[in-house]
Amino acid sequence: MLETPGAVLPLNYWPVMVYGLIAIAFGIVTITIGYFFRPSKPSQSKLSPYECGCPPVGDARERFSVKFYIIAMLFVLFDLETVFMFPWAIDFKALGAFGFYEMLVFIFILMVGYVYAWKKGALDWD
Amino acid sequence: MPSFSMDNMVSILPEMIVLSLALAVLMFDLALPKDEKRYLAYFSVAGLAIAGYQTMNLAGLQLDTFYGMFVLDGYAIFFKVLFYIAAAIAILISIGYVKGQEMDKGEYYALILFATAGMMVMASGADLISIYLGLELMALSVYILAGFMRGSMKSNEAALKYFLLGAFSSGILLYGIAIIYGVTGTTNLAGIAAFIQSGQYSGPALTLAMILLVAGFGFKVAAVPFHMWVPDVYEGAPTSVTAFMSVGPKAAGFAAFLRVFTTALPGIQPDWTVIIASLAIMSMLIGNVVAISQTNIKRMLAYSSIAHAGYAMVGFVSGGMQGVSSVMMYLFIYMFMNLGAFGMVVMLRKDGVAGEELKDFAGLAKKNRTAALLMMVFMFSLAGIPPTAGFMGKFYVFMAAIDAGFTWLAIIGVMMSAVSAYFYLRVIMYMYMKEPEGEFELAAPLSLKLAMAVAVLGVLYIGMAPAGLIDFARISIAGMM
Amino acid sequence: MLLQTGFIYFATVIVVCALMVITRKNPVHSVLFMLPLFFHVAGIFIMLNAEFVAAVQVLVYAGAIMVLFLFVVMLLNIQKERVRPRVGLKWTFTAPLGLTLFGFLVAILVRSQYNGTQGSFTIEAVKQIGNSQAIGQVLYTDFLFPFEVASVILLVAMVGAIVLAKKRLD
Repeated sequence: MLETPGAVLPLNYWPVMVYGLIAIAFGIVTITIGYFFRPSKPSQSKLSPYECGCPPVGDARERFSVKFYIIAMLFVLFDLETVFMFPWAIDFKALGAFGFYEMLVFIFILMVGYVYAWKKGALDWD
Repeated sequence: MPSFSMDNMVSILPEMIVLSLALAVLMFDLALPKDEKRYLAYFSVAGLAIAGYQTMNLAGLQLDTFYGMFVLDGYAIFFKVLFYIAAAIAILISIGYVKGQEMDKGEYYALILFATAGMMVMASGADLISIYLGLELMALSVYILAGFMRGSMKSNEAALKYFLLGAFSSGILLYGIAIIYGVTGTTNLAGIAAFIQSGQYSGPALTLAMILLVAGFGFKVAAVPFHMWVPDVYEGAPTSVTAFMSVGPKAAGFAAFLRVFTTALPGIQPDWTVIIASLAIMSMLIGNVVAISQTNIKRMLAYSSIAHAGYAMVGFVSGGMQGVSSVMMYLFIYMFMNLGAFGMVVMLRKDGVAGEELKDFAGLAKKNRTAALLMMVFMFSLAGIPPTAGFMGKFYVFMAAIDAGFTWLAIIGVMMSAVSAYFYLRVIMYMYMKEPEGEFELAAPLSLKLAMAVAVLGVLYIGMAPAGLIDFARISIAGMM
Repeated sequence: MLLQTGFIYFATVIVVCALMVITRKNPVHSVLFMLPLFFHVAGIFIMLNAEFVAAVQVLVYAGAIMVLFLFVVMLLNIQKERVRPRVGLKWTFTAPLGLTLFGFLVAILVRSQYNGTQGSFTIEAVKQIGNSQAIGQVLYTDFLFPFEVASVILLVAMVGAIVLAKKRLD
């Protein structure tokens, strides 16, 4: 049979879970209370989507430009780079010069990507 | 502070050269004007030559570095040399082609080099983690290359299909790795072998993991039943990319496949022998039989590529020194002949469009004797007719099978080779016995001619004097077996 | 007991969310169901004392990858996707096949032993030195080589995104 991994439960994360539950409960409770107590008189103009006071034009589900994709992709990649740097920063003293140089190589390789993206104009909107 | 020995740097010298080359190409591309990108190609080929020279200088070394993650041995060096030649020929084939297809970009060459670096990591990986990362680096670069012809729907479709199925197969491979880690507690190939040898494990999970690994690697080497992507991707991708894709990633897939199975899983060899033998039979059968009905030459070569994966697997099944060295030799020969055949497809343009149909080759011999002769040599070699290298490759593979007691496998292989002669020789028949239709344009810049010369010399030289190559392969794996 | 209850809760939500992702007609709903999925995977990581991985799960998956998925969905023509049925005739063939495979995998995995060699980082040791420290100590020494290869993979992904999606490439 499968053994149960993590025999020790990280109980210091309880507050996080309780906090999350309170946050969810707050949303549910306030909306439910509002539902029971607010007056409900729907009309044509009240139900229409609000668009700066003007009558809405077209569908909200329009296709986005592919430019968003490149920006999102670059964000994911540099986000991941940061994730790799976090444990390195914590262990910086223990790893010493060795750790410094290996992170230098890591950042250099991604720096090439950064220069490439910048020069290609991937960071410009137009 | 952790210690770091100089051996580490020596062992990854070839990887460092190729990676620096790729980064340099990416940077120089930013400075070069639009119509001078071909200099990046020359630069890449020169860099690959230097990398090849440095790699040969390391021959004879046996270094286990990076805490068991990486190994530099003869086996890795053999495959690295293969990758350099494949990448260099593919780049030389591309120079004229990419200009005509509006994909004359610096990234093209950089991505080929990144893929090469990934393949090198796969050949040198001594740990499932580093093999997996090498595989991803190679695969990611090749997915992008497959879709490099941005204006073509077919190229986009090929890239998307390859990416989706490739990602799925990577997932299966990772699942296999995860189960192996769960069962043995390590991802190190030697560690896995030691654990299995100690006899501590029980239960079928290890066999399951092995099957998942076969599926993952089988996808990369294009073996049946993991071949569904091959025809569409080979047809849709730009021809120069298909040329590279059909030899590089396939050889790299075999390099990792062989190393993982012979060093980590020899303890369950009877189990995987059965599975790989059936894969080999299916690949030879389906690849050769379906190739007969193809009218598009790229699709035909795609099915032929599946069949050749089957032949190589016959050597894999045989195992031992002789079997492994015959696979290595086969892949080396396949590299020359397949790049040659695809180079001819790149060269041939008819009425202003790329000649990719079989009938586009009709009457080529009357218009251009040399081109027809070259194509004939490559077709003969793919069919395995002496005195070409393809014959020698098959000879050593089937000999290994017979010596290991798999005579029936060798018989199936020979029978299927006979079947394959039909569609390879049909190309020759079209070139020599049909009347030409329409206007031929042979787009053959000097670089392409050079690449074809190297390929045809390789095919003929190895065909007549195979001893050098087989000795190189045997010496390379002397330490591993 | 607490451990089992927690695991059953997280696992159930994950499975339900995953089913919702593949069965919703509207792709935006599919993507939004991934959000609770990612958070509950992070919950499982926390229960396994893998705090760093849990944080990365929330940061990278729920933060960055979700946004990427939403953008990609919005690049598509959603109206066209919405009218297409998600659960069709194909499912009558593929669903039994998938379920058989699932049963097969479970049967094999449950029947096997997992007594592989233990590493030096046991739960007690990790608790002693801290989770992120432990990751750093392994990632930047034993796994130095894969770590550097990962940076090259990130670079290739960057080049790929620009090569394939940039409007004018020159």
